[in-house]
Amino acid sequence: MPVTLRLPAVLAKAAGGKTVHEARGATVGEVVGDVAGRFPELGPRLRDAKGEPYPYVIFYLDDEDIRFQQGFATPVPDGAEIVVVPAIAGG
Amino acid sequence: MPIGRPANELPPLSQDEILRYSRHLIIPEVGVEGQRRLKAARVLMVGAGGLGSPIGLYLAAAGVGRLGIVEFDVVDATNLQRQVLHGTKDVGRKKVESARDRIRDLNPHVEVVAHEAWLTSENALEIIRDYDLVVDGTDNFATRYLVNDACVLLGKPNVYGSIYRFEGQSTVFCTDEGPCYRCLYPEPPPPGLVPSCAEGGVLGILPGLVGLVQATETVKLIAGIGEPLVGRLLLVDALGMQFRTVKLRRDPRCPACGTREIKELIDYQQFCGIRGGEDETAGVPVLTVAELDERRRGGADLDLVDVREPHEWDIGRIEGARLAPLSSFADALRTFDSARDVVLYCKSGVRSAKAVRQLQEAGFKRVWNLEGGILRWSEEIDPTVPRY
Repeated sequence: MPVTLRLPAVLAKAAGGKTVHEARGATVGEVVGDVAGRFPELGPRLRDAKGEPYPYVIFYLDDEDIRFQQGFATPVPDGAEIVVVPAIAGG
Repeated sequence: MPIGRPANELPPLSQDEILRYSRHLIIPEVGVEGQRRLKAARVLMVGAGGLGSPIGLYLAAAGVGRLGIVEFDVVDATNLQRQVLHGTKDVGRKKVESARDRIRDLNPHVEVVAHEAWLTSENALEIIRDYDLVVDGTDNFATRYLVNDACVLLGKPNVYGSIYRFEGQSTVFCTDEGPCYRCLYPEPPPPGLVPSCAEGGVLGILPGLVGLVQATETVKLIAGIGEPLVGRLLLVDALGMQFRTVKLRRDPRCPACGTREIKELIDYQQFCGIRGGEDETAGVPVLTVAELDERRRGGADLDLVDVREPHEWDIGRIEGARLAPLSSFADALRTFDSARDVVLYCKSGVRSAKAVRQLQEAGFKRVWNLEGGILRWSEEIDPTVPRY
């Protein structure tokens, strides 16, 4: 069963105009890699040159912060939802 | 657990106040004690802009006794699409003055304290010290880290909200048990990566939605009712009209609230990578709007290129220009002729400076940046070009 990666609207432009993406992968990193592989512009917005998450783009696996689990190595259960939350500062 | 003074030290309500707040007083969860808590409360709003407007209006209407407002800006016509604290008649006035007048009209029982300043590492502790809690409605990363660290150091709750285009975030940081802003975002994005509302736009209603979440949390914290938004980050998606919360955890390695290695306020401009006085347009050859006008009148053959995005081009443009957006500039390089003079412009001259650098790197020599962009052109040469 695929996993859902949910992007903020601000990143949709780099992801074919869509915020919700079905993807496959055993870990959060693999899921991110699956979607980033389809949209080359999106990859660098989600992870750094070493493939690690940025400190200002946070990934939630079923509403839990992956930094308090195993980061990108966190296993992803079937049907899970990953939400990407980048820092914004407007007011 | 409400914040502020013990119940026996709360100020009494006058007859006028009892009438005004009657719809609060008849809710058992608020009641007379809750209203007296609101009256005793001292709330500092950082920013009286998009978020600060609904926050200020509703906290004043709700009867918060003292509202401090830190704001150094002046009301601009482009603010009015969302900053409902200010009116058309206020354009050009200081926001703190406009806000104070509006709040006085709304509720004369509220004491407004105007801090006409930018919040800085030098003044933040002194200003925040006198308040019970802070509501963060600023518009930049540096001030958000500053507000956070000052709140951690002083032990004041920080009711946070931020917005961009159609989306917003809100939570309560810096409570005794909860996480702080640095637990969520240990480092800011590099400057320029995340556009501000001035650069990227914002749906005018969005700060109303998010600001009122902040105002609601403020009232709850003061009255000590409900479940505060501590340890949860509310994500607001206005386009999908979805609200969801994700879990926030206090990070034991956090230098502010975890290890407490941050013992004093730092240089937040430097922390956010903004070096003092640095100009992104520095070193790029420029043409002034007057020079461009003169050369065009003289019949000069030049390639005038607008590097803004198509939706900005639709707002208005300099006659005779062609569009080559910076976002896809690399693809447009082949449309340039190195034998012709090329003048690039954008809204204010920053993006076009980047485009000039790209052309220079591609070997172009006769390239200039239009100083001040289309805004300067509208100001000094052709006022029929709309400002935005």
